[in-house]
Order: sequence, then C-alpha cells, then structure tokens
Amino acid sequence: MQTVYLLVPLVCLVPAIIAGLFGWKIGRVATHLLAISGVALACGLSVWVFLDVLAGNEFNGTVYAWGVTGGIPLEMGFLIDRLTATMMVVVTFVSLMVHIYTVGYMREDPGYQRFFSYIALFTFAMLMLVMSNNFLQLFFGWEAVGLVSYLLIGFWFQKESAIAANLKAFLVNRVGDLGFLLGIALVLMHFGSLDYAAVFASAPHLAGQNVELFAGHGWDLMTVITILLFIGAMGKSAQVPLHVWLPDSMEGPTPISALIHAATMVTAGIYMVARMSPLFELSEVTLNVVMVIGSLTAFFMALVGLVQTDIKRVVAYSTLSQLGYMTVALGASAYSAAIFHLATHAFFKALLFLAAGSVIIALHHQQDMRKMGGLRRAMPWTWLTAWIGTLALVGIPPFAGFFSKDAIIEAVQLSQLGASGIALVAVTAGVFVTSLYSFRLLFLVFHGRTRMDEKTRDHAQESPWVVTLPLVLLAIPSVIVGFLYLEPMVFGNFFGEAIQVAPAHDVLGRLAEEYHGKRGSDLLLAFLWHGVQGLPFLFAVAGLIVAWFLYLEKPDLPGVIHKRLGFFSRILEHKYGFDEFNRFVFAGGARRLGGLLWKIGDVRIIDGGLVNGSARLVGWVSAAVRQVQSGFVYHYAFAMIIGLFVLLTLFLKL
Amino acid sequence: MNLLTQSYPDLVPAVPELFVLTMACIILLLDLVLSVRWRNASFLLTLYTLLGASLLTLQDIGEAGRYTFNGMFVDDLLSDVLKVGTYLLVACVLVYSRRYMLERKLFRGEYFVLVLFGVLGMMVLASASHMLTLYMGLELMALSLYTLVALQRDSRTAIEAAMKYFVLGALASGMLLYGISMLYGVTGTLDIAGVAAGVRAKGVDNLTLGFAVVFVIVGIGFKLGAVPFHMWVPDVYEGAPTSVTLYIATAPKLAAFAIIMRLLVGGLVDMAGMWQDMLILLAVVSIALGNVVAISQSNIKRMLAYSTIAHMGFLLLGIIANSENGFGSAMFYALVYSFMSLGAFGVILLLSDQGFEADKLEDFRGLNRRSRWLALLMLILMFSMAGIPPTAGFFAKMAVIQAVIEAGQVWLAVVAVLFAVVGAYYYLRVVKLMYFDDPDQQRDITAGWDARLLLAGNALALVLVLPWIGALLDLCAAAIRAIPALP
Repeated sequence: MQTVYLLVPLVCLVPAIIAGLFGWKIGRVATHLLAISGVALACGLSVWVFLDVLAGNEFNGTVYAWGVTGGIPLEMGFLIDRLTATMMVVVTFVSLMVHIYTVGYMREDPGYQRFFSYIALFTFAMLMLVMSNNFLQLFFGWEAVGLVSYLLIGFWFQKESAIAANLKAFLVNRVGDLGFLLGIALVLMHFGSLDYAAVFASAPHLAGQNVELFAGHGWDLMTVITILLFIGAMGKSAQVPLHVWLPDSMEGPTPISALIHAATMVTAGIYMVARMSPLFELSEVTLNVVMVIGSLTAFFMALVGLVQTDIKRVVAYSTLSQLGYMTVALGASAYSAAIFHLATHAFFKALLFLAAGSVIIALHHQQDMRKMGGLRRAMPWTWLTAWIGTLALVGIPPFAGFFSKDAIIEAVQLSQLGASGIALVAVTAGVFVTSLYSFRLLFLVFHGRTRMDEKTRDHAQESPWVVTLPLVLLAIPSVIVGFLYLEPMVFGNFFGEAIQVAPAHDVLGRLAEEYHGKRGSDLLLAFLWHGVQGLPFLFAVAGLIVAWFLYLEKPDLPGVIHKRLGFFSRILEHKYGFDEFNRFVFAGGARRLGGLLWKIGDVRIIDGGLVNGSARLVGWVSAAVRQVQSGFVYHYAFAMIIGLFVLLTLFLKL
Repeated sequence: MNLLTQSYPDLVPAVPELFVLTMACIILLLDLVLSVRWRNASFLLTLYTLLGASLLTLQDIGEAGRYTFNGMFVDDLLSDVLKVGTYLLVACVLVYSRRYMLERKLFRGEYFVLVLFGVLGMMVLASASHMLTLYMGLELMALSLYTLVALQRDSRTAIEAAMKYFVLGALASGMLLYGISMLYGVTGTLDIAGVAAGVRAKGVDNLTLGFAVVFVIVGIGFKLGAVPFHMWVPDVYEGAPTSVTLYIATAPKLAAFAIIMRLLVGGLVDMAGMWQDMLILLAVVSIALGNVVAISQSNIKRMLAYSTIAHMGFLLLGIIANSENGFGSAMFYALVYSFMSLGAFGVILLLSDQGFEADKLEDFRGLNRRSRWLALLMLILMFSMAGIPPTAGFFAKMAVIQAVIEAGQVWLAVVAVLFAVVGAYYYLRVVKLMYFDDPDQQRDITAGWDARLLLAGNALALVLVLPWIGALLDLCAAAIRAIPALP
C-alpha cells in the first residue's frame, strides 16, 4: 500500500516534468493525454486509498529521510487517515475534471503545454500538502501550491493586469506565510519535533504554558502558536484582511480559478486548521478569533458580490464568502462540518467556475454580465449545470450545499464561545446575500432579454463535450454528496482520531444528541424538515424571489436602488477600501521607507562609506606603498637594514 | 686529522646529487660540440637528468635518515619529498619555457646547465645537516639564479634586475653568514644537531644567540621574500625573462622552506619563543602589504610577485604554529603554492610569443574569446591562489590557518583571512578581464601541444587532487618527523 501512496503524487509529478521540459517536442495531444492519464490514475488510486482507509487501514510513516540538522530529522512522510483520504479524492477528482476541461478551454492558447505542466505540478504539490505527516513537508506543499498559483495567475504574462495580480497574490501570501513559518518555528522550539503525531501527543502537556515574546509580557503558548498558524491559513484561504489577492487572481485562466482559487488550494488553510485541531482546541482565544474573522469574511465578502459585474468576480467573492463559512465552522470546533463544506463546495464551486468559463468561451472572452442574458437556449448543458451549482451553493435542499451549510449554521448556534453570537448573525444573513447574488448571476446570464450584440449572439453556442462533460460530472456530486455523507461526516465520527475536539466545544456531538436515535433516512428527513423550517432556508428562498423580482420582473429597479443607496454601493464597489488602504499604507509606506533606506542607508552609508570607502582606502594605501618601490637598489638595501634594526630592537632582550 | 686515515665517505645517500652534477657537466661539454640544430638534445638530456634523479631519489624514499660526509649531509624523507617536488617543478618549467626561450635565442647550453646547477644547489640545501653544506647549497642555487636572470644580456631590465638581485642577495647572504658565525661562536660547532644541543646547553637568554637568530631570520626572510626583505621580488620577477621568473617563483620556494626547517627548526627550535614573534611580524606585514600592493599593479608578473610575498606570509603562519601539524601544513602550502605559481606563470609563457611578452593585465582581456580552454585553466589557477574551494589553494590556506588557531593565535588567523579577502580582488580581476571584457587583440596563441597538455594537467591537478589532500598532508607531516630536533 505504501507504494500506492507514493505513486499518487508521483504520477502527477512525472507528467508535470515531461510536459514542462519536453512539451514543445511531444506536442499538444501527447501532453494532454499524458497529464490527464496521470491525474486520472492518481484519482483512481486515491479512491482506492479512500476505500482502503474506510476499511480501517491507516498509515503514518516516513518514506524518505532527507537529512538531519541540529538533531531535527527532515523527512518526507505520509499520514494517511480519513481526513487525508477525503482530501485526496476531492483534489484529484476536481483536478481531473479541470484537466479535461482545459483541453477545450485552452485549445487556442500558445502556452498549452506549459499550462498542463503547471496544473499537474499543482496537483502534485497539493497532494504532498495533504498527505504530509510533518510540518516541514506541509510547508513545502504549502509553498509549492503558492508557487504554482503565482505562475498561473500570471499565466498570460503579457497582460499587465495579470502580472500585477500575481505579484499581489505573492506579496499577500508572504504575509500569511511569515506567520505560518513563525508558527512552525515556535512548534519546533517548544515541542522539539516537526512530526504531527509527536507534536499532538505532547500538546496537552504544554497547554497553559506561557511564552515571553516581549520581556515581561507572558502569552499563552498555544494561543500564540495557533494564531500564527491561523495567519498562514488566512493568507492561503483568503480571510479578511488578507483576502485581497483572491478576486484579482481571476486574471488567470478560468480552469485555474476553478481548481486552485476555488476548489483546492484556497481550502488548504481550512484543511490545515482541521489537521491541527488538537492544537487549536487548546486555545479558546484563537477559536474566537477564527470565528470572528470567518464571519466577517462570510458576510461582507458576500455583499461585495452583489455589485460585481464581471461573471468570474461574482463567483470569486462567493468563494471568499464560502471560505468564511468554513472558517466559522472551524472556530465553532465543527471541524468535520468545515471539511464537509469544503468537499461539497469544491464540487459545486468548481462547477460554477467551469460553467462561467463555458459562457466566457462561448462569448469569446466576454466576462461582463451586463452584456449577456438569455443564453439558456444556446447553452442548455451549461445552463442546467449552472442551475444545479447555484442551488447547491445557495443551500436549497436536497442539493449538497444545503446539508453542509446547514450543519455549519446549526453548529454555530450550539457553540458557547463568545463570538458565536456575531457569527450566527453573519452566517444566517449571509445566506440571503448569497442567494441574491447567485440568482442575480444566473438570471443576468441565462435568462431575460439578451444584451449582446448581434455578432456575438449568432456565434454563441454550446461548448464542446470536453467542456460540458466535466460540468456534468461535477454536477453529480454537487447533488448527491450532501445526503450521502451528511450522516457519517457530521453525525458519525467519520474522521476518527484525525480530528480531536475538546468535550466543552463538541457542538457536533450536541447536534447529534438533538437527532438522538435517528439513523439513515430518518435522520436525513429529520434534518431536512428541521432545515426547511429554519430561517436560513427562508432567507435562501427570499433571495431567489428578490433576485427574480429585481433582475427579471423589473430590470430597471437595480439601477434606481443603486443611485439611491449611492454611499453604500460606493463602499461595496470599492470593496471597503482594502486595496486603497494597502496601496497607501503598505505599498506606499514600503516605498517611502525603501526610498529612505536606499538613499541614506544604501547609497550613502553602505555604498559610499563601507563599500567604496574601504575599496578607495585600500587603493589609496596600495598606490602609496607602491611609491616605496623606487627602483633604487640602495633604497632596497636600506629597507632591509631597517628591517634588521626593527627586529633587533623589538625582539632582543638585553 | 690525517687524510690517509680518514675512511672513504658513504656516497650512496648523495647519489642523486652526484648524478645531477655529472649530467650537468656532460651537458656543458656536449653543448660545446653540438651544432645549433641539436639544441633539443640538450633539452631532452636535461629532462632525462631530472627523470633519472627522481628515480634515484625515489629509490630509497621512506627509509630512515642516512648521514654521510661526517654527518654533513642527510638523506631523509624531508629531503626526498622536497627534491622530488623540485624535479617535477623544474621539468615543467623547462617544458613551458622551451618555445619562449627558442624565440628569444636563449635556448642554449648555459641555460640548461645553470638550471641544473640551481637544482643541485636546492638538493644540497634540502639535504643539509651542517651549516656549511647549507650555505654551499644556498650559494650554488643563488649564483645560478643571478646568472639566469642576466641570461638575456641585451635586455636592460633583465641586467638591472640581475644586479639588484645579486647585490641584495649578497647582503642577505652576508647577514645569514654572520648569524651562522655567531652560532658557531656560541656553540663551537657547525653541525646543526650540535648547534641544537649547544643552544640547549647555553640557555635561550644568551644575547649572542639572540643576535644570531635575528640575522638568520633576515637571511631566511630574504630568500622567502618576506616584508621588509622583499624589495627584490617585484623588480626581479618583472625584469627577468618570464621563463626565468617561472623558475625563481617555483622551486626556490621549496628550498627556502628547507632552510627554515633545517636551520630554524632543526637547529634553533629552542629559540622558538623568539623567532615566533619575529615571524608573526614578518608574516602579518607580508600578507598585508603583498595583498594590498598587488591591487595597484598593471603588470601581471609584478602582481604575481606581490602575491608571492603574501603567500609566503601564509607559509610563515604554519611555521609560527611551531608544531608538527604547523610545519606539515607549511610544507603543504609551499608545495601547493609552487604548483599554482608554476601554472600561473606557465599561462603567461604560453600567451607570449615572438616580441610579445603578455605580461600586462590588459593582455588577458577577453582571453575567453581567444581560448576558452586557457581561460578556464587560468580561472582555476586564480581561484586556487585566492583560496576558493574546492581548489588545493583553499585547503592549503585552511591547513595553515587551522594550525595557527590550534596554536592559540586566533587574531592572526583573523587578520590573515581578512587580507585574503582583499587579495581575492586582484585574482578575481584577472578572471573578470578574461571573461567579461572584449579582447584588445586577436593574436593567435602559438603554444606547442606539450606545454598546453602539461599546463592543463598542472591546473586541473589543483582541483583533482581533492581526494588525496589528506594523504598529502600526512606525507608532509611524516616528512617533518624526520627532523631529529623535534620532540
């Protein structure tokens, strides 16, 4: 079985290398066949591993010892448990869909082979991240997916905006990664190990210990560590205020938005926190922080989605908001619910992105929703799957999103942490906003009167099968995973030892008690019935109705509202001014500080004084001493005699 | 002492010397008879002489020290290793110089004979266990070198250099002799082992002994070219024909090391407390001045002359450590340095041709475009001289610095390393000129295949020796143990 574990990432890495180095030689068809078969194999093997793990065969061990430094072993190891296996299946499946889709989407792009090389490499890196059994490899995978993300956002590197976007993603992630790295360093410092099992085993003994960051101020060690790790998660999973890079990342090709910036990479932070649950459980402060950050992201980013006109950006803000939901679940200690939502979201959000991409190619890279409309007839498959994705996202039963989102809301309701009040308001209200922007998108794109020019309308047609097939294949789990896995994931102890929850925080356990004694379809029905009566469902339906009224019945009304609420819409259009703030304070500040250091520190002190100064001094001494070498033999003899006398006077003890 | 009752001396330990002497005389005579067209015969004969001498030397290598001529001459591991090194260096010198000397009409019998007499002097020096032998070897070597510098009679600079070398050499020689005479006065013997015993008996506070040590140090300092006895080095290096510079810059360094070992360590080890302090001064000033002044040179021969001064300072570091390890690393440094110097001057020789000396730094501009291979070899040589790993030059520097640190002189190591950094500048400048500048001229490089091949081996050996560095250091340490006075 160990060979299989090793094979899963390797079958992705090999095509990545071949496509990257020899893609120009082996041609397009060979490249995509190679990459797709590699990822398909990885997907098949992942399913096998998943089934094997369900049968009870878990694994935790070192595969390859890279070296030992300072007594710390640097190792490549795998930890294969249910959490890992779930992630592996989600990652490889979505990746496979995106690989297939890419064949159609990137058909005319000159960077075809490069693209396949990157996405295969991404799959490899993401697998290394989720399969890791130690912090070092986790960090390796973390940085590697970040690298590929950077490369892919700037895939169209002739585009000014793409370069700016990938630079932004890079810089913002640096902030998160610094926190993450500091967290890992603290773990290493206090636990003396980077191995998950060892760290988690000794974590309870270190709980309550203080650490002095500044002289005289004691901080709870676990809080410091987990906050730092969570800062890493905030960067990668785009939580406020480190979310600014994600909307801009839409400059990359659409398959990338689906794979990396919706389904997998951005959920790495969620996965990491769930994996670190034994540490996070030890600090209520951190859990509160996590919940607050999550609720801010969930609600306020959803609001921004309302005013976006670019189809991909709407979906991007929706992703931000959904990541906020997952984070809230983490804060409420409902780790299983977070992972459950992660999985369902991966399917339906990838579906929505790919559907958006399908629309974009049909309209020849037109992304403005104001210039779409009525595409339902031209693109039936895209339309149908987009509906399924939207219903899943909004949380209409029995689609997948309903179960996972409702589980989160229920969990927050039961949480007794201080921040749960705000969180509950945010996630519940968020449902209405989500529903509103989702149906707005759906109605603006596929329904109503068409607003395209004639030429585009005549050319608009359904995408080729390589594009629609992934849509259909993604639509299936978007419908079914919800009710299939609700019971084991949320109510059953599906993840076993992988996720540890302190009894005081065990919201899902309390939730299970409410449905005490119900199993199978009874449980499902009870959950459904409870959900349909609840506020979130009403909000979702209300969102649908309002969207229908505003965008189909009275299409002129949104413009009027927009004008009346000018102040608010301006805030939303400026996305609360995060970009402006960063540009002025951080970018501007850094530039001013840099300019200062450059002019005074670098040019004057280092270059002028130290570098050139010392060089000039040496040169001056050199030229001066050179003059002593006069060429006269009596000078030379004189020097020797002087030397003799110096030796005599200095060293002779009379 | 009655000559008749004196037993005939054991000649076996001195067989290589006798062989070289005989061959030098034969070549001298042959050259009178042979016509110009047969010049190559003398050349080959000289090479065969060196080959034969090395076979004779290697024959009893590793055996315990064997004394002869009433204890005036010794054949031990130290002398054997230094002699073999000398043969190898001189053979390379001859091969590198052949075309250069031919083009300047210096490819004559005198050249070979003088080279061989110089070798003979070095051999005697290396085997000296008596101060008269030592002085004889020294003078034989020095006189040959003076004459070699003046070999190009019609060159004003060469004559001037020879004159300077001779006058200053005589001065230094006189001082050394003065020191030796004082040693004789104090101890009543010229035998080096006897001197060591006498010093021990008299005690280190003896004033005359102190004077003697100072004068001996001056003599040694001159041979090494340590500041302030270095003034001859740049002028002679620059003025002499490059082939002679090549000779002076290589084998005599081993001879100078031999003097240190035989006289200073073999005879005056009890005075170490005194000469260590003097050598520290000499070493620091040499390293500093050599490296700093080399920067402002525009003539590469002159630049390498200052580099020699700095390198000799490094060699002294090993001596200063005054331990078996230290002496061993100094010997390793001397060997490695002489081979680096051999390669560097070899490149200059290969680049020069009829009427063109290639001794300006500008002549190295864009060498990479003219000959990638030569530029690469020069790069290795410069890296090795600067002490950049993984070249032998790095390990040599590391060994002496390690020895100094073991001796507790950390500040000395720090100073040495700092000036080595300054020194890296002018070595790397050569590399920069070769690789990043445009060539000034498109002269073809006309060197022969034999010299090219040997030079390649020479330069590459500085890198390829890597696996055997430990073995070489062990060999040097073993050679050092041959000195009887060491504890």
